[in-house]
Amino acid sequence: MEFQSCVKIINEWDIVAARQLGRNVAKELGFGTVDQARITTAISELARNIYLYAGRGSVCIEKEYEHGKSGMKIIASDEGPGIQDIRKVMEDGYTTSGGLGAGLPGVKRLMDEFDIDSFPSKGTTITTIKWLR
Amino acid sequence: MRIPILKLYDYLLVSIQWELDDATALGFQEDLLQKIHDTSANGVVIDLTSIDFIDSFIAKVLGDVLSMSKLMGAKVVITGIQPAVAITLIELGISLEGVMTALDLEKGLEKLQQELGE
Repeated sequence: MEFQSCVKIINEWDIVAARQLGRNVAKELGFGTVDQARITTAISELARNIYLYAGRGSVCIEKEYEHGKSGMKIIASDEGPGIQDIRKVMEDGYTTSGGLGAGLPGVKRLMDEFDIDSFPSKGTTITTIKWLR
Repeated sequence: MRIPILKLYDYLLVSIQWELDDATALGFQEDLLQKIHDTSANGVVIDLTSIDFIDSFIAKVLGDVLSMSKLMGAKVVITGIQPAVAITLIELGISLEGVMTALDLEKGLEKLQQELGE
């Protein structure tokens, strides 16, 4: 692993810190303004989910290289309650917070790769990648 | 930090110049409604030219402040949404339906004048 940078998510200000880190790395990697906005927004949603549902966790950013492609990987993990029904949270419009977050389907659309690992009462890890075009 | 709200004739002008954190966004909501009440403004333009991303929380706060202003009798136009912001909002699944928008501040003011029949 060449590079990893993490932000602990404990309060609302950490959401701002996480997306600023994400935007800086995206810029550095050479993403255009639209992809920078996609990445920043995705991080903001993931960090907010941690803050809302788990209380605390972390957002880590890695530079990713694979088959001559380069990109940016975001790993959002927490030790919160876990997601009861992953299929359900991936449906558009599903909410348990009264519509505070746009939810995971939105994040999936903003990014290129998206993966959830969640175990009830153990926590959730969401890994998502945006490739540089 | 507070977002300045300027009065211009019967309108209020707001230009959001920096990245909104949750507390600033919620503070702005209260400040704007209070200012509408204090000045009896009947139109508001919120300019987002300097904003380079909007997440679901900020979108919700903006949507709410629009509905709240409407309840008080003031019309709100959002202006200056950047291409990257429009793309990410739609991909995220937020369409801000029923929201009056215009390309820039000037067109926003024109739209308000038309709407208010002035």
